Amino acid sequence: MTDEQKRRRRFHEELDALQECLLEMAGIVEQLIHRATPAVLERDGSAADEVMDRDDRVDELEVEVDERVIELLALQQPMASDLRQIVTTNKISNDLERMGDHAVNISKAARRMTDTQPLPEIRELAEMAEITQGMVSDALASYVSRSAGTARLVCLTDDKVDDLRRSMFRILVTHMLEDPKRIGGALELLLVSQNLERIADLATNISEDVVFLVEGRTIKHGAELPDAPE
Amino acid sequence: MATTYDIDLGGRDPALEAVDLSVYYGETHAVQNVSLTVPQNQVVALIGPSGCGKSTLLRCFNRMNDLISSARVDGRVDFHGQNLYAPEIDPVEVRRRIGMVFQKPNPFPKSIFDNVAFGPRVNGMKVDLDALVEESLRSAALWDEVSDRLNDSAYALSGGQQQRLCIARTLAVRPEIVLMDEPASALDPIATQRIEELIYELKKDYTIVIVTHNMQQAARISDYTAFLYMGQLIEYGPTETIFTNPREERTEAYVTGRFG
Amino acid sequence: MSDVTGTRPLGSGESAFDRRRRRIGTLFAWMCGLATLVGVFALGILLVDVLMDGLGRLDVAFLTSFASRFPERAGVKAALAGSVWILGLTALISFPISVAAAIYLEEYAARNWVTKTIQTNIANLAGVPSIVYGILGLALFVRGLGLQRSIISGALTLSLLIMPLIIMASQEAIRAVPRTIREAAYGLGATRWQVTATQVLPMALPGILTGTILALSRAVGETAPLIMVGAVGFVAFTPKGLTDQFTVLPLQIYNWVSRPQDEFRDLAAAGIIVLLVLLLTMNAVAIILRNRAQVRR
Repeated sequence: MTDEQKRRRRFHEELDALQECLLEMAGIVEQLIHRATPAVLERDGSAADEVMDRDDRVDELEVEVDERVIELLALQQPMASDLRQIVTTNKISNDLERMGDHAVNISKAARRMTDTQPLPEIRELAEMAEITQGMVSDALASYVSRSAGTARLVCLTDDKVDDLRRSMFRILVTHMLEDPKRIGGALELLLVSQNLERIADLATNISEDVVFLVEGRTIKHGAELPDAPE
Repeated sequence: MATTYDIDLGGRDPALEAVDLSVYYGETHAVQNVSLTVPQNQVVALIGPSGCGKSTLLRCFNRMNDLISSARVDGRVDFHGQNLYAPEIDPVEVRRRIGMVFQKPNPFPKSIFDNVAFGPRVNGMKVDLDALVEESLRSAALWDEVSDRLNDSAYALSGGQQQRLCIARTLAVRPEIVLMDEPASALDPIATQRIEELIYELKKDYTIVIVTHNMQQAARISDYTAFLYMGQLIEYGPTETIFTNPREERTEAYVTGRFG
Repeated sequence: MSDVTGTRPLGSGESAFDRRRRRIGTLFAWMCGLATLVGVFALGILLVDVLMDGLGRLDVAFLTSFASRFPERAGVKAALAGSVWILGLTALISFPISVAAAIYLEEYAARNWVTKTIQTNIANLAGVPSIVYGILGLALFVRGLGLQRSIISGALTLSLLIMPLIIMASQEAIRAVPRTIREAAYGLGATRWQVTATQVLPMALPGILTGTILALSRAVGETAPLIMVGAVGFVAFTPKGLTDQFTVLPLQIYNWVSRPQDEFRDLAAAGIIVLLVLLLTMNAVAIILRNRAQVRR
């Protein structure tokens, strides 16, 4: 430990432990999304149980993060960047927990879809899945590397995902009108696309939090128009 | 060369302005070219590690450094457009208009009444002393506790009460600015809290500059915070900025407890 | 060894080391006590001796008679009156000047080499033998100012003698006033003289008074310088004016002791008792004054 860090040793150990929790959550959530999304494309029903199990761990970690955050705030009087980090960690853990729940929803939809009539391949779905997974990876990477530039890029990508969801809606409606036997499968896919869009929104939230962490100002809700990356 | 920090005065007049202020103790350059503006009716906190010059800077504002023979002051302190260090200015008059409360409560070995009345008496203020003493003790949130024993010795009071007595004493000469040098550092937490509440009330009628080594206290009660290190002004700005997102690395290192 | 601390239960008895420690402690305490007793013992012997010799001779007649060749008729009236006059005059002269000097040195003078020199010299003057002051008084007051061998010359000479003592004691007392009190007073817009007069002096007064009384006690006991400036051995009158001749108790006592007859030794002892009573009274006054000044805190 450097000389500086020897001071407030207990505080730094607590802070590191908090960070560990969050990183564990992030790792699991990323994996859940990676497991659940292909399951839809490949009509694999086995993912659901696994994903639900591991999501329990994410929920546990969220509770632990909450407790650690309260304790740090009450006992250690953190300031400046330490304060921003702790507050941000709290927000990101909430977002990650919800991402986990959406991943669970997706994997359950995949399982239900095995009983329905398969639909023709929808390019947009695969694209949505890929972009969303990329956004999640980038958002978490920007947190780990404390890069505001990467974070801002993620925010920019969110619009694309919204567009794709709207396209999916139109395509699926068309499919449903064409062949009533496809309704079951189409509705599941609709659900999946909504969950994916929510995951992308949460990834955007995380990125906005990262910018706050790094730069000390908030870009949420259009507080700052995302401009061209530096 | 030090950086000047222009702060947004929020539409208020400046109460005090230090311009390129330096203090030398013999060879030591204790305060180095500090410039800052104190807005009226606000609380400005001076923070920094021990020996950074914050008390020395504070004592420039009411020319208390004049009492130290080895101290030399360069630069200006502007008060209502006049430089306090101009040769024609009488330091005694300065101290009546800019009062000071010290770290350890230091009441005179006299009665409570005489303590508060001392300032008005030595300054020849033609006032109803009884009324003035009551007014000052009320402003210092001490009247209710001592109104029935004004002739008791000041030393019969507790530490927190003595410090409020010192504040009442300072207010009795009706200053515009009150300087406080770590006013609560010798007090227990409850007494400290009462002093902090008092400062919040006093802000309405006075401008307050407070030196504190307790960062949380500065964060709680001040509107603007100045961070000094080794005689230099490192950063000066609104308190919430200093404590959530300071501009300077050294400020960040200090408020997060990495040094000092 | 089983004497290592912490390994033996409490109350399990002393080790050899502890025993030795305790014994040395007791021995030390006894030796200090004995040293105290030596001083007290010597003083006690003196007092007993004096009281035994002099108490018999002490009566109203003794206090109201002048000195005489006949021991049964001799008394201390002139000497007592002389001592009291000297005491009063010396106090009146030395006190204001010394206190003013102390105030100047502590509150007003700049801390430079000039002040340091003055300070050192005052300390030196306090150690100068009193006979030297006698010679000075003779040259300066008796001859130089033409005051002749009078009580005022004696008072002035003794004032010079004790002024360094009062100055130093007063300076100590003034220095003992906490800096924080001064700061508070200055901070309220008081001028220097206001701070001095309203805060510093009142707080320093007990110390100043004590120092003054101690110095005056010394003056009351001085003989040599007073001889130099004209205190005479045989005086049959009490002083009525500043220019009168005079004698003092120590001188009278010395006179009687140098006479061959035994009865004069008893007279001397009685004189010593009177002198001691005078000194004790002065000390009592000092303590009363100091207490009154302190009670006002």
